Amino acid sequence: MSKVLVVTSGKGGVGKTTSTAALGAALAQQGKKVVVVDFDIGLRNLDLVMGAERRVVYDLVNVAQGNAKLRQALIQDKRLENLCLLPASQTRDKDALSEKGVARIIKELRTQFDWIICDSPAGIERGAVMAMRHADAAVIITNPEVSSVRDSDRIIGLLDSKTEKAENGERVEKHLLVTRFDQTRAGRGEMLKIDDVMDILSVPLLGIIPESEQVLRASNLGQPVTLANPMSAPARAYSDAARRLLGDVVAMNVPMERFNLLNMIFGGRAA
Amino acid sequence: MSVDLQSRVSFRLLGRSVLAFSLTPERPVLDWFLELDRRVLGSFGFFTDRPLVLDLTSIAPTKAETLEIVARIEERNLRLISVEGVDAEWLPRRYSPLPKSMQPVGMPSPPESVMQSWDDAQRVDGQASAASEKGCTTLLIEEQVRSGQTIIFPEGDVTVVGSVASGAEIIAGGSIHVYGTLRGRAFAGTNGNTRARIFCSKFDAEILVIDGLYKTADDFDHHLLGFPVQARLDRDVMNIEAM
Repeated sequence: MSKVLVVTSGKGGVGKTTSTAALGAALAQQGKKVVVVDFDIGLRNLDLVMGAERRVVYDLVNVAQGNAKLRQALIQDKRLENLCLLPASQTRDKDALSEKGVARIIKELRTQFDWIICDSPAGIERGAVMAMRHADAAVIITNPEVSSVRDSDRIIGLLDSKTEKAENGERVEKHLLVTRFDQTRAGRGEMLKIDDVMDILSVPLLGIIPESEQVLRASNLGQPVTLANPMSAPARAYSDAARRLLGDVVAMNVPMERFNLLNMIFGGRAA
Repeated sequence: MSVDLQSRVSFRLLGRSVLAFSLTPERPVLDWFLELDRRVLGSFGFFTDRPLVLDLTSIAPTKAETLEIVARIEERNLRLISVEGVDAEWLPRRYSPLPKSMQPVGMPSPPESVMQSWDDAQRVDGQASAASEKGCTTLLIEEQVRSGQTIIFPEGDVTVVGSVASGAEIIAGGSIHVYGTLRGRAFAGTNGNTRARIFCSKFDAEILVIDGLYKTADDFDHHLLGFPVQARLDRDVMNIEAM
């Protein structure tokens, strides 16, 4: 049974693309056949984070318009053979994507992959709705701050009204992933607490990803953080989240950097 | 010339309903406009694009006065759709009184649920029709009302089992009951029901309105935030009290 998962947030810059890549790689590491699909037409980024920007020939728009075959556009990952990328177009705009074309692509992807992970553009307009349209499940990315939480609330409303599932009277399965969580700032009360975020959104928690320079470092190297540094705190948090998506019960804690203690002892200059 | 029957497009006629608010100026009209401005300013854009009916029955103005009042409303960028209570000949046709079927009725009509969001038609139709089938005048919402959603139920009370998010709106002809946290806006008694109340088990609202009387977050007693409260009208004053 294939599953279509949309990674969405409403607000921009909260970590949708990073999370798509990290979750996609983590699910592939668990042996699943995974494709990550970039729906951010005109501002594509997923290819960079996946390290495939030089290998893009055809894209989602070409396939949707029938100018290329799906297998011509799919890019297989060099590290994991069961992980593929369907890139967005950088030169077109969101209107280039037709609803029929997207429906046909998703249907075809369902026959080839276990997990189809759609990286949504920011906003609540056509592009975001297109990305969530065929979803069975959604991962809602939220930073622990009020603007991000309210935008996520708005996007949850859309998941309950604009998706195919909602129109058929069913529910899209929803998961909350809190990213860029900073333990020290949360302790000082400078961020919303996880409990407050969950109280406002009332969506089950999939995971808490700590704020970490490892994420930025991995992105700049063109690697999902779960592949770049599997033992780092964010990578472990993403792997746990991926296992929860597969139905495993994993205790919820906020992974910490393991060398923190050493850093403290040696005056924070160890790295 | 022949008509190609095959190429005829199908023609669909769909029912639509919107809730219009009625403005009833009082004399002295200048003071009434000052009050209107205060309300519009204090309502955080509630009146933006909201259809309004101007009911001049109670002040019975002359033609010159009518034109003056309409002009003043137009210059405030309010969306006037009809003017009632004056000679229809005085005004441009676009302000003609609404057809009979759209005028207010004195007796309660059979519940006919209206539920919609202004921008992106949010679901819950199923629940609305369920409410009308059973002939009850309470709309039960069993989940969260999310930011950007508007629930409109002019026929009676609205009960929300979950929370009402910041940026969400509940508009009810009767009372509003929220069993979660009320973080958004609540408009109770919109049909002129002064006995309507707003109840919530955790109070963190943006605006409370009962029968057109507003209180915004600035007016709230901060000691009540986070507690169960009810809001009700005592003559023309809204009281918000802990429960």
